[in-house]
Amino acid sequence: MSGSDIFVFVDHSNGTVAKTASELLTLARSLGEPHAIIAGSAGDFELAKSTLSDFGAKSITLLESSEINNHPSSAIARALADLASTKNPRAILLPSTARGKEIAGRLAVRLEAGIITDAIALSSELVATQSVFGGSTVVHSQVTKGCAIVTIRPNSIEAAPAPASADINSIPVSASITAKITAREPAVRGARPELSEANIIVSGGRGTDGNFAPIEELADVLGAAVGASRAATDAGWYPHSHQVGQTGKTVSPQLYIACGISGAIQHRAGMQTSKTIVVVNKDPEAPIFDIADFGVVGDLFAVAPQATAGIKARKG
Amino acid sequence: MKILVCVKQVPDSWAEKKLTPAKVLDRESADAVLNDLDEYAVEEALRIVEANGGAEAGHTITLLSMGPERAQEALRKGLSMGADNALHVKDDALAGSDALTTSRILAEAIKRENPDLILTGTESTDARMSVIPAMLSERLDLPHLSFAGEVHVDVNARTIKSKRMTDEGVEAMESPMPAIVTVIEKINEPRYPSFKGIMAAKKKSISELSLADLGVAPSEVGSSGAWSAVNDFALAPARGAGVKVTDDGNGGGALVEFLAEKRLI
Repeated sequence: MSGSDIFVFVDHSNGTVAKTASELLTLARSLGEPHAIIAGSAGDFELAKSTLSDFGAKSITLLESSEINNHPSSAIARALADLASTKNPRAILLPSTARGKEIAGRLAVRLEAGIITDAIALSSELVATQSVFGGSTVVHSQVTKGCAIVTIRPNSIEAAPAPASADINSIPVSASITAKITAREPAVRGARPELSEANIIVSGGRGTDGNFAPIEELADVLGAAVGASRAATDAGWYPHSHQVGQTGKTVSPQLYIACGISGAIQHRAGMQTSKTIVVVNKDPEAPIFDIADFGVVGDLFAVAPQATAGIKARKG
Repeated sequence: MKILVCVKQVPDSWAEKKLTPAKVLDRESADAVLNDLDEYAVEEALRIVEANGGAEAGHTITLLSMGPERAQEALRKGLSMGADNALHVKDDALAGSDALTTSRILAEAIKRENPDLILTGTESTDARMSVIPAMLSERLDLPHLSFAGEVHVDVNARTIKSKRMTDEGVEAMESPMPAIVTVIEKINEPRYPSFKGIMAAKKKSISELSLADLGVAPSEVGSSGAWSAVNDFALAPARGAGVKVTDDGNGGGALVEFLAEKRLI
């Protein structure tokens, strides 16, 4: 390894690699030599290996412990920091997810290294681009001391495969942890994609009046994730985990369809960087029309089902 | 039991935000409020005290904030909700501090207080980095129960149980005290300060701490002591409003046409 090493922290679920890993490896290839690091059991590793080498990892290191994922972040951060302090990478890339940011924050403290979160691009000089204040401002920033720790917003980088043969390493890790996970109820995953990784999102707000059926039907015909405004989650109409906005998730899919959402800054802050925005709202004055590429002034209960039927018809 | 709640004053999350020519957040252009997400942490502290015998049982809640003079207003809000007292780390040299410095300063202040429980919100609605609680956990070497949607404190056993709620599902967590707990906004409904609470808050003490009190040199903090720097910034090109049609019975059809034109279906 050399001073051009780029560490990529790979998120996975029981060995199934998150989409962010291929995005981060694609980015890492443009910055130096990509090295994938994954934490979990030997079984997880077997599943993950081929995806990681498909996207150009020069080495894949398993921080091996059957226990390590029984703590959200501290044991992983310790093991990753130990590895980084022996290999001195130029940068460490992590997904800008809840867990990725927790690990990144801990790494910054342990390595005394600068941290930038929620980057949407990173140049070869490691200048990060961030879209802040709900997409109203673009900031370029840089780590000025130590190894650069950068978390990258999911969906910002288009993943491209570049198969490489990777060195395989495994480092046993002892997870000495004081806070423990004692039980788990995995989220019930429907067929729909995860919100932050989805290419298409269909969202509903106050205008649904609690009936998300037309939103879900449109989402399903598009293979989309379902989002909700704060008004809808506060009313208990849709689970909080689907909230898009300032106090929810920030998303930037290829296509965002907002139905019955007025578009207060609170919501726009979470979706304004979507590539294409389509709006359906009864109120022609709703502020969300200001950022729409295409808007329909109309009742979502008429427009959304008609769109669903139209897309189905096209698909034959 | 001594509970410490970290809070921050931020521009109102419903207001437009911008940067100043000095490349820092313009804190003057919008109303400054107690960070929305911190209100849940203050509320949860109040509920934990109430569930364990109240102030009569010797439990106290201290608020901690780092910020300019006016951050006192945010502390006053938390005090009017019912916290007992507050610490305000204030020093001109701190302006422009990054997350590493902020977590260091907060950690130094926390060490002086030696609380049994530290509560925070998930992030501030201005910087939105969401890294301070994990950084505090590293600096103080305390367990971190993150994304808590439920918290139960056993004062006698000195243990905390929480439900960690994320996209992956719900995880039951357990930790000895002291610990850091980050609460999500679904955990409770923060109370509005009562008139009595607002009056009482005026008499509560806000102690000021300087860098010298914390044993930190001014050269190590602020913009010059930061590990990262903003090179430049620009307003994003405004999204031009696109096509707007009124549903005449074929609104859904027009929507599909648009998607097809853009090759999105």
